[in-house]
Amino acid sequence: MDFSGILIYMRGEIALIAAIVIAFLYDLVAGKGARKYFNPLMCILMAGCIAACLVSFPRESGDVFGGMFTYVPVHSIVKSILAIGTLIVFLQADTWLRRDDTEFKRGEFYVLTLSTLLGMYFMVSAGHFLMFFIGMELASVPMACLVAFDKYRHNSAEAGAKFILCALFASGLMLYGISFLYGTCGTLYFEDMASRLDGSALQILALVFFFSGLGFKISLVPFHLWTADTYQGAPTAVTSYLSVVSKGSAAFVLMAVLVKVFAPMVEQWQMILYVVIILSITVANLFAIRQQNLKRFLAFSSISQAGYIMLAVISGTSFGMTSLIYYVLVYLAANLAAFGVISAVEQNSGGKVNMSDYNGLYKTNPKLAVVMTLALFSLAGIPPFAGFFSKFFIFASAFEEGFHVLVFIALINTIVSLYYYILVVKAMFITPNDSPVAAFRSDCSTRISLVLCLAGILLLGIVSSVYDGINLFSFGL
Amino acid sequence: MNILSLFPAIPLLMMLGLWAARNTRQIHTVMVAGASALLVLAIYLVLHFIGLRNSGETADMLLTDSFMWYAPLNIHYSVGVDGISVAMILLSTIIVFTGTFASWQMTFNVKEFFMWFCLLSVGVFGFFISLDLFTMFMFYEVALIPMYLLIGVWGSGRKEYSAMKLTLMLMGGSALLLIGILGIYFGAGATTMNIMEIAQMHNIPINLQRIWFPIIFIGFGVLGALFPFHTWSPDGHASAPTAVSMLHAGVLMKLGGYGCFRVAMFLLPDAAQELSWIFIILTTISVVYGAFSACVQTDLKYINAYSSVSHCGLVLFAILMMNTTAATGAVLQMLSHGLMTALFFALIGMIYGRTHTRDIRELSGLMRIMPFLSVCYVIAGLANLGLPGLSGFVAEMTIFNGAFMENDTFHRVVTVIACTSIVITAVYILRLIGKILYGTCTNPEHLKLTDATWDEKLAVVILIVAIAGLGLSPLWMSDMISSSVTSVISHILN
Repeated sequence: MDFSGILIYMRGEIALIAAIVIAFLYDLVAGKGARKYFNPLMCILMAGCIAACLVSFPRESGDVFGGMFTYVPVHSIVKSILAIGTLIVFLQADTWLRRDDTEFKRGEFYVLTLSTLLGMYFMVSAGHFLMFFIGMELASVPMACLVAFDKYRHNSAEAGAKFILCALFASGLMLYGISFLYGTCGTLYFEDMASRLDGSALQILALVFFFSGLGFKISLVPFHLWTADTYQGAPTAVTSYLSVVSKGSAAFVLMAVLVKVFAPMVEQWQMILYVVIILSITVANLFAIRQQNLKRFLAFSSISQAGYIMLAVISGTSFGMTSLIYYVLVYLAANLAAFGVISAVEQNSGGKVNMSDYNGLYKTNPKLAVVMTLALFSLAGIPPFAGFFSKFFIFASAFEEGFHVLVFIALINTIVSLYYYILVVKAMFITPNDSPVAAFRSDCSTRISLVLCLAGILLLGIVSSVYDGINLFSFGL
Repeated sequence: MNILSLFPAIPLLMMLGLWAARNTRQIHTVMVAGASALLVLAIYLVLHFIGLRNSGETADMLLTDSFMWYAPLNIHYSVGVDGISVAMILLSTIIVFTGTFASWQMTFNVKEFFMWFCLLSVGVFGFFISLDLFTMFMFYEVALIPMYLLIGVWGSGRKEYSAMKLTLMLMGGSALLLIGILGIYFGAGATTMNIMEIAQMHNIPINLQRIWFPIIFIGFGVLGALFPFHTWSPDGHASAPTAVSMLHAGVLMKLGGYGCFRVAMFLLPDAAQELSWIFIILTTISVVYGAFSACVQTDLKYINAYSSVSHCGLVLFAILMMNTTAATGAVLQMLSHGLMTALFFALIGMIYGRTHTRDIRELSGLMRIMPFLSVCYVIAGLANLGLPGLSGFVAEMTIFNGAFMENDTFHRVVTVIACTSIVITAVYILRLIGKILYGTCTNPEHLKLTDATWDEKLAVVILIVAIAGLGLSPLWMSDMISSSVTSVISHILN
């Protein structure tokens, strides 16, 4: 076997494993004084991981381990986007991790988070369904620990239990589907499989099971029932990680596998997606209107955003793939900005996360309120913020393939989503409040993270080179 | 840098300047400097444009400039102007300039107010200079969203309700636009987003045109207060602060008419000819219904808002007639209505600022108390009902002339129906003037009120000069407009 490709194609994974080992050892040996540098250290390590993925990445495809692990250039871009998301989450988690009840567990937080990230990396690069499944498990199981990280809080423990049960069920379904595929095709290699699929009943069942497994990770309706409770109960940093990094990786993987492996069954999966998109966007939007808890609110908003992302998947073109990755990047900036503000307010006000707590926030904390507003406008797709551009490209990619009615339904839903995003803006700017959240100064790392997100929201759309860069490497049916 | 790009760039710089400003004095300095720069630039643009035309430049769009933005979708940042957009830009700068002075007395969160105000004008200017569908749509939405906060935070009355209603309805319109733009782009072969190029190719199949024309026309029509999508307009205008009402009724509603003309009819000409009768009926309803509704309102701003529905309906009515005279009249009406409605809203704001009521049942005899404002109000009213010598007459005369040129029964009938709005307008304007300005003042509190201050006088005088200028010597403006309108109309008819 030829292992020379490892150093070329697995640079991101190797860097990540190194980061995990360093975090683990640092947690073991560092004394009380040294531990306060834990967060900067991890952020530097993450920056290193991003660099390892992105700096002069190989421009040709290749594979390692006899095709179990494949590499195409767009993987580098996706992995670096995931790493950027993780870096921002680390920056935002610091305030929470320095609390007394979590202080001693901060090493675990980093190691667990990075493990899930490693799982996603393998999932992204898998060339074989077993590798894919292992990656997905690695991305799910530590996530349950993270969700239950505040284990003395009733909510958090409940969220963890809910998450792990749903995740296991989804994994089981997926494994079942994979076994069908193996039974009908006689192989689990992505490359060989495409030619042996013929759309028989068992394979359609396999497709449905596979789709449900990933649909759970992306939290599409009707696999979304865990989302709201888990997002609400989990620590805010974990929620933001779940909503952005986990979801983004799964969305990309879904598209890649559908396009690469299930290409012969394109009509079937487009039909499934058609229904799921309409359900996800509409149901989530209707539920989001009624939410009072902002984390729950963003949970439903993220389900509907996932529905929009699926518009790119259904197109199946390389233009759709570009739009998907770009959408994930823009969504990452906006959603992490929103969660960053929520996290800052929560940590500095003794746990206030309800919409009514945000009444009059602009008077006391104008900067945070503005960041939140821009983030929500970007999520709603208002120009000149990046969300407008990403939504436009997503719609264009689905429209190009003839899904006119679907795009129309999605567009009508953007109005509904605008309504509930504006409700938050209204709370912060217009609704009077006698005792708003007191003015506070958020710490340095939170501010850095918000500035990064803000730069993303403002620049990703206006500067077209990011989109063009992704476009160079994406592929379609 | 292209001179046109300066128009959205200056408000952006003003926003930066406002961000750095420390007190009201500095804020006013930034605003006045920026708004005057825009006004001077617009006057220069008009002269330059006329000069170019006189020197024999016959291209449809002048001062064009274009560079690639998003290559995969052929999206360019491309700008250019013809007579119609030059006229609109001039109008916008006048409104921005006078709007600044009309909000001179504002005290609450001045900085934020003007920042959103500038963002709004970035969108407006960007829209009028854009030749690329995507860029145009982007600027269109930029102009819409600041409205929410401008009305929600600084408005009066049922401001939250109105702001939400306005935002959602206009965004609904822009959702229709988005899908329509995608329809045009892919229908025309997905090679260009440039309006002029798409129009030249003229290759969108008629069955697609039949789908996208109504969608785009309604999309822009929502902003142009097309019946039955006008319901945001009275509430929105009534709740908005003065300068925002001015800009919104004066300029933003024109985005609707301009878009219907430049995008819906210009790019989908076959469907436009086929389906125009539906929209002619709707606009006729707008014109008459708006005027009748204005008769029964008791709130000054509602009266003017319904009057705007009627007058903006006339704009859409005229462009649907599809002849040069009527379309020239439509552009003149956009200009004229923009100026008068801005004047009206400015005056109403000033009266409201003093009396704290806009209810006409509580106002009377204001002529003795504040003669300057009252005389200006009379002038605005006369312009509104189409007194010769003021801009309203020129515009409406041209429109009805043009509409009557279509000599089939349907067009004749709707024209006659629409003409009645002139009489109804006279009814509510004269009744209103008689009620609130003349007679004796019944409220002793009102006797202590003072007349206009210098900043208010400046805003009002500039608007009146513009209205009278357009009314007394309309030819230079209508020549500039009609040369551009002719090429658009001949494209639609062929």
